[in-house]
Amino acid sequence: MSNKKESLIGQLTQKPWEPSQVKIDNLHEGKTFNLHVGKLGLRYIMIVSTIMFCLFIVTYADRMVYDDWIRMPEPFLLWINTLILVFSSIVFIRIQLASKNNNFEKVRRELVLIGVLAVIFLIGQLLVWQNMIEAGYYVSGSPANGYFYLFTTLHGFHLLGGLIYWVMTINKVWKLDNIIVRKAKHTLELCAIYWHFLLAVWIVLFGLMLFS
Amino acid sequence: MAADSYDDVAKNKESIPALEVAPQDLYHAKSFWTKYIFCQDAKVIGIQYALTAAAIGMVGLVSSWLMRMQIAFPGVIPMDAAAYYQLVTMHGMIMVVYLLTALFLGGFGNFLIPLMVGARDMVFPYVNMVSYWVFFLAVLILAASYFVPGGPTGAGWTLYPPQAITSGTPGGDGLGIVLMLVSLAVFVIGFTMGGLNYVITILQARTRGMTLMRLPLTVWGIFTATVLALFAFPALFVAGIMMTLDNMLGTSFFMPAIVEFGERLSYDGGSPILFQHLFWFFGHPEVYIVALPAFGIVSDLISVHARKNIFGYRMMVWAIVVIGALSFIVWAHHMYVAGMNPWFGFFFATTTLIIAVPTAIKVYNWVLTLWRGNIKLTIPMLFSIAFIITFVNGGLTGLFLGNVAVDVPLSDTYFVVAHFHMVMGIAPVLVILGSIYHWFPLITGRFLNEKLGRIHFWVTFIGSYSIYFPMHYLGFMGVTRRYFEVFESDNFTYSITGINQFITVAALITGAAQFLFFYNIIVSSKFGKKAGKNPWKACSLEWQTEDVPPTHGNFGKELPVVYRWAYDYSVPGADEDYITQNTPPNAVANAKAEQT
Repeated sequence: MSNKKESLIGQLTQKPWEPSQVKIDNLHEGKTFNLHVGKLGLRYIMIVSTIMFCLFIVTYADRMVYDDWIRMPEPFLLWINTLILVFSSIVFIRIQLASKNNNFEKVRRELVLIGVLAVIFLIGQLLVWQNMIEAGYYVSGSPANGYFYLFTTLHGFHLLGGLIYWVMTINKVWKLDNIIVRKAKHTLELCAIYWHFLLAVWIVLFGLMLFS
Repeated sequence: MAADSYDDVAKNKESIPALEVAPQDLYHAKSFWTKYIFCQDAKVIGIQYALTAAAIGMVGLVSSWLMRMQIAFPGVIPMDAAAYYQLVTMHGMIMVVYLLTALFLGGFGNFLIPLMVGARDMVFPYVNMVSYWVFFLAVLILAASYFVPGGPTGAGWTLYPPQAITSGTPGGDGLGIVLMLVSLAVFVIGFTMGGLNYVITILQARTRGMTLMRLPLTVWGIFTATVLALFAFPALFVAGIMMTLDNMLGTSFFMPAIVEFGERLSYDGGSPILFQHLFWFFGHPEVYIVALPAFGIVSDLISVHARKNIFGYRMMVWAIVVIGALSFIVWAHHMYVAGMNPWFGFFFATTTLIIAVPTAIKVYNWVLTLWRGNIKLTIPMLFSIAFIITFVNGGLTGLFLGNVAVDVPLSDTYFVVAHFHMVMGIAPVLVILGSIYHWFPLITGRFLNEKLGRIHFWVTFIGSYSIYFPMHYLGFMGVTRRYFEVFESDNFTYSITGINQFITVAALITGAAQFLFFYNIIVSSKFGKKAGKNPWKACSLEWQTEDVPPTHGNFGKELPVVYRWAYDYSVPGADEDYITQNTPPNAVANAKAEQT
């Protein structure tokens, strides 16, 4: 008997001194949520990242209302880079389906594709930088320029962090045996969630730069 | 808690289902390097954090000595204004972030969380190990700023732009400010890794029977502080990154159009006030990131050494959570003089005063726990009582400064210095010291020397009051903080000079007492009186390990099962005056816990 599915508020309002509650508590399994620690850990990281990006966005919103705000141009390459991220997320959905069906040949193949897409995206972002610099949009040129380089750098670093986890995922999927199939599936799921998160972050940042 | 309910549970003990989660696979160290240096055992990591924090904390302590010498006896130690500001800045940042935060969360958090919740280790031991080394790197980067041309930054610990990165400020045009900002960013990254472990271990890796409402308050304090840090530290990170870019790449996030020594700089249109908002969105919760673990720990110390259950446990938990939540909507009370809409000031003054309510609940509950308790005046208890008194003193002056009309004339005076040192300097440090005396027998298996401990306590307690009580008076007299020299004049009379000299002598003596404490730790860890198992007769799980000090994996072959909260002291009907959390109900059938 476990009350781990009880809400956090429910757990905080328990009366642990009451005999009926004592009986329940003594059988409590020790978990607050019905979640794997890895999944909860990933949520923790995504919350911290979200708070960080939200704070950057708050400062962006604070700055853009001033008269001297000059928009950056939106190079076409940024749209292509965005499509690469969207395509990566679609590939990850396919990977998850293949993993569910234990089709690990397909998982391996498409995981490699994920890595290739990520590298193409990063190179694409660097090309955008190069184009911008050549067109005279330097980081110190205007506040909008500063935010553009800042946002793309931070997002890029998040993707690089994701690539480290991707290497660990590849490692698990390649060394697959009966014992670690479950672990590999779990790692794949976490990797996929993180990739979808990066797409969501990018769409918010890109949208912000596009419509401000 | 009725005895018959315990019997029922005892009868049903056989029917306890197997755990759904497999036991944690621990990494077993095979060499000196993996056992003591790159160790994944949270207890060792906790000690590593504590030693590193103490080492850099000593730099902060010596900085304060040098500052006090300059204020009271100018010229005795040759120093210019730039060096003074560098000392002020480094002292502040080291004490707040690299000592107090790292010690409470990294030190106590790592050592105590797995033991207190009944886990073998943190849930991500490898990440935990990396967290410490990233913190160590942050400390190295900070320390490196002493050795670069121009020295460390002298911008004040709040690092306000534009002055923080202009050439008139010590370290402002060199590497000093850059190293400070980079060090803070690295600290935040390291802390995020550590915080990940603290939060998830507490939420998901407790032993059977350890519900959230059976956790010791120490764990609640550390948990809530970590969640606060999770929300607050990104603000410091964001501010740090943006200021670094302003400094190094010439962006104008925080830098307005500015003329420096007659030369127009390239900055334009940035908002220094925006930095202040970001900084204090981190900075005020930071007060509670330090205070909440202290609240939790002192609750446990008082209960153990007064042999009495904590009064109003559930209210204590909620108070910790409510204080944590409120701490995010009071930040602008640090900015009343920065210029803000009066309604804005009114809002922040109101929220600031509201936070006094849950805080007062905690103080009342500590006092009511002591009330009619079997108080043992052990050294941890002395420090705990000193904490309550000091926290009340520091808190009361916070009510003055929380009000806009009172804060404005007192702003930037020594009254503010006295207030924040009492409430977030001395008060938490008293808890840290008390808890080291309390848990030292668990860490080393030996007691700290009692005589030296009592000398240490009284010198620290009386010394702290000798330093900070007169500072309130200086503040009322209008003596401004951060002044390199205070000359005698019509406004600043001889009495102010005398008070400053008195404070400095007190600071030197109080600081020296801390070196006596370090001496005690070193000697007692080798030659101290052997403590044996559970020497304080405490109920919580960290004292119920098979081995003392606890070995890797903490609890031998089987994890403990918890049957009660951590405060069953002096239970009527029980044979002893404490019932440990893992004592099965049938072992204390006559105990009437519901009467405690």
